[in-house]
Amino acid sequence: MRAPDTSEILLQVEGVSLAFGGVKALREVSFNIKKGEIRAIIGPNGAGKTSMLNVINGFYHPNHGAITFKGRTRARMQPFEAARGGIARTFQNVALFKGMSALDNIMTGRVLKVRRGVLWQMLRYGPALKEEIEHRHRVEEIIDFLEIEAIRKVPVARLPYGLQKRVELGRALAMEPDLLLLDEPMAGMNLEEKEDMSRFIIDVNNHYGTTIALIEHDMAVVMDLSDRVAVLDHGVKIADGTPDEVKSNQTVIDAYLGVAH
Amino acid sequence: MIALGQFLEVLIGGLMSGVLYSLVALGFVLIFKASGVFNFAQGAMVLLAGLALVRALDLLVAHGVPFWAAIVLGIGFGAAIMAATAWLIERFVIGPLVNQDGLTLFMSTIGVTFVLEGAAEMIFGSDVYPLRLFPTDAWFVFEDLFPGGILVNKLDVWGALIAGILVAGLAIFFQRTKTGRALRAVADDHLAAHSVGIPISWIWFVVWLVAGLVALVAATVWGTKLGVQFSITFLALKALPVLIIGGLTSIPGAIVGGLVVGAGEKIAEVYLGPSIGGGIEYWFPYVLALAVLLVRPQGLFGERIIERI
Repeated sequence: MRAPDTSEILLQVEGVSLAFGGVKALREVSFNIKKGEIRAIIGPNGAGKTSMLNVINGFYHPNHGAITFKGRTRARMQPFEAARGGIARTFQNVALFKGMSALDNIMTGRVLKVRRGVLWQMLRYGPALKEEIEHRHRVEEIIDFLEIEAIRKVPVARLPYGLQKRVELGRALAMEPDLLLLDEPMAGMNLEEKEDMSRFIIDVNNHYGTTIALIEHDMAVVMDLSDRVAVLDHGVKIADGTPDEVKSNQTVIDAYLGVAH
Repeated sequence: MIALGQFLEVLIGGLMSGVLYSLVALGFVLIFKASGVFNFAQGAMVLLAGLALVRALDLLVAHGVPFWAAIVLGIGFGAAIMAATAWLIERFVIGPLVNQDGLTLFMSTIGVTFVLEGAAEMIFGSDVYPLRLFPTDAWFVFEDLFPGGILVNKLDVWGALIAGILVAGLAIFFQRTKTGRALRAVADDHLAAHSVGIPISWIWFVVWLVAGLVALVAATVWGTKLGVQFSITFLALKALPVLIIGGLTSIPGAIVGGLVVGAGEKIAEVYLGPSIGGGIEYWFPYVLALAVLLVRPQGLFGERIIERI
């Protein structure tokens, strides 16, 4: 296990609370994500993990607390603004553009990077053509990297679940994000698929130096992958540290296994 | 030869008028493709665009502005009105309904239809306003091949030309530009589109604007044909079989659907009509549409939706 390159903090979550009516999804949660690390957020069902991710990329707006990303504390922010700032994500229940091919799906990840105007693109002329080829080239690299060459032209609705998840990861990678949020990247996968996905996550982190925050249910996977782990239970952070520290933490064990009252 | 000549005349006339239906159907396809909303208000948008154009034109000409300058200004005014409409619809109707299901959005466009019709007639008046943008006389072609030649309406030729250019432009726009790709993405999945950095409200404004401009183009042709008047809104009903036949998501499909409907209704009227009493032109397209629904529910060019069970 390699240590994170620097101790520079990429994202700081400070005292974030989120409520839906009377349901408190998050209570005073604070933690940080350092540049270059793989950070896991774990917890039992309903612990507020996905809510936390949704707060980070702007789908939800916290009732209290602040989020500082790349040194800038932000006010209310829309998801597309988060994307512009360099935050990409995948979803718990795969959210792909079902009518499009795998290739087109991944190309949508390049939308923000396209610089040439609509007219130039329509004419497919000169600089616009060159730019399109560059984007396509980057996308082909990602396709090779994720080993999905064979299905690039297949409409994603026809693909098995494991491959859909891979295409979704590809789309997020195409954005060349500074921070990649993965919401249960291995949910519903068999052992072999889980191993593949783990390998991709580690490779993304090594190869592109992308900082990754992931939510996962499967404790074994998380402990192998992550540099640091935060544990949520009922919207409260109950532990934070290296996998070994968290594993031996009595509160965490109780939360996962239940305690006799 | 007379029979063949007559058949060709009916066929060509039908195909051409079919293209004019396509102009209206295109607006539906655009909005459906980009937001999954079946926009019932497209016919009302044609009426609004036409009224804005013709009233501005009349006013300018009455004040001594040269006709060509008046046309340019009038079209500019019509476009501005459609832009304002697109903004209002996004801001107050479609925007707040993000993530609602298709039926809710469809119902909201029915509401929009009546508001637009009412507002358009209140602001611009409710008479029949003649519009003269294109020649409306006829050509006779192939006079040496067939006795009397084949009659071709010049307005229809203009309409076909304009529709061809529009379709080519829109197809390229959807396939090649980042905005086109973003439009398709938004239609598929709002959340995912947000997450890759596509600003949905902007995209929806763009698509309603483009649909508004297509309505303006349709209004120039149909306004010249019928005069700008309330009954133009019923074009929306004519566009339905075109959409079902061509497929709701396909721009080329709108054209092919229009051709099938146009040729089908004229041929049926001329050759089947007399034996069963005539007037079948008005409902025959729906028979065609039903037949297509039974064989290919997604239309000839529509995207096939595959549900994994």
